[in-house]
Amino acid sequence: MHARFKSLALMVAICVGACGVAAVARDSNFAEVQRGRYLVYAGDCGACHTDEGGKPFAGGRAVPTPFGTIYASNITPDRETGIGSWTDEQFYHAMHEGRRPNGEHLYPAFPYHWYTRLRRDDVMAIKAYLDSLTPVRQANKAPDLPWPLSWRGAMVGWNALFFKPGAYRPDPAKSPEWNRGAYLVEGLGHCGACHSPKNALGGVKSKDRFHGGQGEGWFATSLTRDPREGLGRWSLDDMVEYLKTGANARARAMGPMAEVVHDSTMHLSEDDLRAMAMYLKDLPGDSGSNGSQTPGHDRDALQRGKLLYVDQCAGCHMEDGEGIRNVFPPIKGSSGLHAHDPSSLARLVLAGAPSARTPAKPEGFAMPAFGAKLSDAQIADLLTYIRASFGNEAGAVSASQVAGVRKKIERTS
Amino acid sequence: MATRLPAVDVVLVGFGWTASILAKELTDAGLEVLALERGVFRDTIPDFSPATIQDELRYAVRNGLFEEPHRETLTFRNKMQQTALPMRHLGSFRPAAGAGGAGVHWNGQTWRFLATDFALRSHLTERYGAKFIPTDMTIQDWGVSYDELEPYYDKFEHLCGIAGKAGNVGGARQAGGNPFEAPRKREYPLPPLKRSYATVMFDKAARDVGYHPFPCPAANTSQPFKNLYGVQMGQCTFCGYCEWFGCGNYSKASPQACVFPVLLGRDNFTLRTQCNVTRVNLDSTNKRATGVTYIDVTGRSYEQPADLVILCAYAQHNVHLLLLSGIGTPYDPVANSGVVGRNYAYQITSSVHVFTNERLNPFMGAGALGQGVDDFNGDNFDHGPHGFVGGGYLALWTTGGRPILQHQVPAGTPKWGSQFKRALAENYLHAASISTHGSVMSYRDAYLDLDPTYRDYYGNPLLRLTFDYHDNEHRMSDFLTAKATEIAKAMRPRSVDPKPRNGHYSILPYQTTHNTGGAVMGTDPKTSVVNRYLQSWDVPNVFVMGACAFPQNAGYNPTGTVGALTFWAADAIRNRYLKDPGPLVGA
Repeated sequence: MHARFKSLALMVAICVGACGVAAVARDSNFAEVQRGRYLVYAGDCGACHTDEGGKPFAGGRAVPTPFGTIYASNITPDRETGIGSWTDEQFYHAMHEGRRPNGEHLYPAFPYHWYTRLRRDDVMAIKAYLDSLTPVRQANKAPDLPWPLSWRGAMVGWNALFFKPGAYRPDPAKSPEWNRGAYLVEGLGHCGACHSPKNALGGVKSKDRFHGGQGEGWFATSLTRDPREGLGRWSLDDMVEYLKTGANARARAMGPMAEVVHDSTMHLSEDDLRAMAMYLKDLPGDSGSNGSQTPGHDRDALQRGKLLYVDQCAGCHMEDGEGIRNVFPPIKGSSGLHAHDPSSLARLVLAGAPSARTPAKPEGFAMPAFGAKLSDAQIADLLTYIRASFGNEAGAVSASQVAGVRKKIERTS
Repeated sequence: MATRLPAVDVVLVGFGWTASILAKELTDAGLEVLALERGVFRDTIPDFSPATIQDELRYAVRNGLFEEPHRETLTFRNKMQQTALPMRHLGSFRPAAGAGGAGVHWNGQTWRFLATDFALRSHLTERYGAKFIPTDMTIQDWGVSYDELEPYYDKFEHLCGIAGKAGNVGGARQAGGNPFEAPRKREYPLPPLKRSYATVMFDKAARDVGYHPFPCPAANTSQPFKNLYGVQMGQCTFCGYCEWFGCGNYSKASPQACVFPVLLGRDNFTLRTQCNVTRVNLDSTNKRATGVTYIDVTGRSYEQPADLVILCAYAQHNVHLLLLSGIGTPYDPVANSGVVGRNYAYQITSSVHVFTNERLNPFMGAGALGQGVDDFNGDNFDHGPHGFVGGGYLALWTTGGRPILQHQVPAGTPKWGSQFKRALAENYLHAASISTHGSVMSYRDAYLDLDPTYRDYYGNPLLRLTFDYHDNEHRMSDFLTAKATEIAKAMRPRSVDPKPRNGHYSILPYQTTHNTGGAVMGTDPKTSVVNRYLQSWDVPNVFVMGACAFPQNAGYNPTGTVGALTFWAADAIRNRYLKDPGPLVGA
C-alpha cells in the first residue's frame, strides 16, 4: 500500500515537474518583486539585457567592448534558454562572483565586479522580479571575441588582477545617506564602469576612480568634485535634477548618458539620487594627474575658432556663451567642456546627438551635426577656442584627435 | 488587391498641424490613433539643422520641403469657359508634404479673425442692406461664433507660444495692441518680438497719417517658452530663414517643436509615412466610413479599417479626397446645386516697395516680425462710400534678406547687367516692403471639382480649380494698396514703388498658401459640407479639418483660425461624439 502510494506520488511529482508546474507552494511576494523592479532600474539591466525592439530581458543585444562583441544573455525565467532553472544560490553567485551555475566565468562586460557589492536580500529581490517576468524562449549567442579571450577561463587572470568580491561595508564615520549613495554608486549604479579610466586590459585604474573614462565610444566625464572638469560647481539640486529629468541649467544628458537617464536614473527616487549625489560630491578632486590642461596659446587657432563659433554656434549657444536657459546648455563654465579627453566633444560636433527625453522634459533638444560642414582642423580650432574662452580653462584640441573620432564614427555607422 | 489591416479607432489622413493636435487630444482620450502621411518623416534635428537649413537654393528655389506636383497637383483655369491645364510647377501656393506639413515651412503669422468675419452675411446685411452684397457673391455665416471659438484660439496660441501685444482684453482697450481685434480673455503667451528698424519706421509713419499700428502676432518665440503640452521651446534668433524653411532652434512653432515630443512615443499612436491615402471607404449605405485605402511607396495598396476617419490633409487635398470618395454631393456651378468644391476662395495681396534713406539690416528677420495696421480689415471701416466688401491688414514684415529671392531694386532698374548689380548693391541695406493682405469673397464661379481629362500618378482624376479675382476684390485691393502707399510716403523714403495686384489671377507667381473653401462649414447642409463641428453632414464618422471649412476667406492668414477650429472639433469629438457617435447636429 505504502509502496504504491509512494510511487504514485513520485509519478505525480515527475509529471508535474515535466509540465513545468511548480511542485513547491509559492508565497505571495508582491513587495519583494516591486523592490526588485526598482533595483533593476537602478542597475540598468535592460540596457544590455533587452535588445532594441526585442522582448524584455530576453537578451541578444550586442554589447561592444574594446576586445570584441559580447551578446547579453536571456535573463527571463525560461527554463531552457533563460535563467528559470537557476536556484537563489546560483543567481547570487553570478551577481556576487561572476560565475554561472556550471562554473563558467562571466565576462566583466557584465559588471559583476560592481554588483558584487550588493546585499544578499537585494540580489534576492532582483531575482524575485526577474522570476515574475514573461519567460521568452531565445537562445543566447556566443560572444565574438578573439582567442584567448574566447576561452572564459582567461577571466581567472583578469579577476585575479582586478576583481575583489565582497558586499559593500558601510562607513560608520559617514551618514546613512552617504552610505546609501556609496552603495548605489559603487554597486547597482556601476557608474565607474564608464566614468573611471581603465587600463589596456579593461580594469579600472583605482587611484583615478571616477576621473572620467571611455564608454561605448564616448568619453564619460569626471564625477569628482573637481571644480573645472568635475562636478565641483554643481549643487546637489543640480545633480538630482540632471539624473531625474535629463537636464539642468548647466548640461543635458547626451549619448549613452541620455539612455542611462531614460532607462535608469529617472526612475529612481529623489532621496536615492540625492544620496548618490552626496557620495559623488565627496569624491576627491583631480590632482592634475590627467595631463596638461593649460589652455591653448595658439592665437591664430583661437582667432579662427572664434570666427567659427560666431558663425556656427552662437545662434543657439549665444555670443556670450550663456546658451538659452532650459534649452541650449551654456558653453561658459561647462564642466563637460573641460574634459581632459575631448573625444565626446569632437563626437558631438561631428555627428550631433539627441538629448534625454523624460516625462518632465520631453523635448529632447538635439545637437546638430557639423561633420559634413567643418573639417577636422576647423573643429579642432573651434573646440580649442571654446575651451579657452568664456572663462573656460582647458587644453587645446588637435586636428588629429578630431580625425580619430571621425574615423571611429564612420566605422560604427 | 488591397491588403486588409487590423482596425484602429481613428485614422488621420495627413500629419500636419491639425493631425498632430487631434492625435494628441484623441490619444489623451485613450483611443488608438493612426496617422497616414504621404511624405517622409522629419524632425528638427537632423532635417532643420542650423548647420544645413539656411540654404535658399535647396529649400526656397528647389522646393526642398514642399509637395511635388509629380505626385499631387491640380488643373487650373480662371473661367468656366476655359480648359483647365495642369499646374506642373508650384507657384501661387506651396503646399507641403512630409511630417509637420506646412506647419514646418510657414512664416508663423498667426491671427484671430474678427467677430464679424464669422457672421459675414448677417452682419453686412444688417449694416449695409441685402442689396449691398452682389448676387453672385455666395458668402455665408460660419455657424460658429467668435465668442465660441475664443477659448480655442487661446489654446492654439498657448500651443505655439504666440508673441504679441493684446489690444482688447475682455472688452477693455489695451495701449500698444490692435484696437480692432476681437476681445480676448488674456494677453498673448509671450511679449512681442524685438522690433526691427524698418518696423519702427512704419509704426511712426502709420501713426503720423492717423492709423493704429501694432506688433503683428508671431509664432516665432520672443523668449523660451514651455507650451500648453509642457513642451519647452527655444527663442528666435532672427536668422531670417523662416518661410520655406524648418526652424533649427525650436523657436518657430511647428508640430515638431510643439507636439511631437509628447506624441510620438505614445503606445496608442502610430505614424506611417510615405503612405498616400487615395480613398475614404464607405459601406453599402454610403452613410458610414469603414476606413481608408492607401498606397505605400512600393505601390502596394492597403485597406485600413477605422471607426473614425478625419481628413487632415492640406485644404484642397481634403476636398479632392471627398470628391474621389463620393462623400457629399459635388458642386455644380451651372445648376447651382451640390456643395463639395463650392465656395473656394484665396487671398488677394499687393505690396509697396520702399527704399529708405536710413540703413536697415534686412538679413535680421523672423517670419512674423512685422508691424501691422488693421484699420482697413473686415468691416473695421465704413464700406458704404466704397461699394466693395472685405478688407485686409497692411504690414511691414521684415522676414529676412536672403540673397536669391529677397532683394528689391527701384522701379525702372534693368533686370540684368551692371546697372542691375549696382542698384542691388546700393539698395540692399535700404529696402523694405509694405504688404497688403486682402480677403477674398466666395462666388458662384469660384470652385473645385474633378478634372475631366487629367489624372494623377495613381490614375485618379486631378482636382480642378476654377478661380479668378472679381471686381470687388480688385477695388478692395487697390484701396489697400493706396493706403499702404500713403504710409510708405510718410516714412520719408528716397523712393516708393507701389505694386498693385492687377488683372486676372495668375497661378504662376507666389502669393500665399492660403487656399480656402470647398468643404465649408455651416448650419445648412444645402450650403455646407460639414456642420459647425467640422463633421460631414453625409457621413457622420468623417470629420474634415483645415481651411477648406472657411465659407469665404478673411483678410488674415488662416492658420490661427485653422488651429482654433481643430481644438474646437477635438473638444466636440472627445466630449460629445465619443459618448454618442452619430450626427452632432440635427440636419
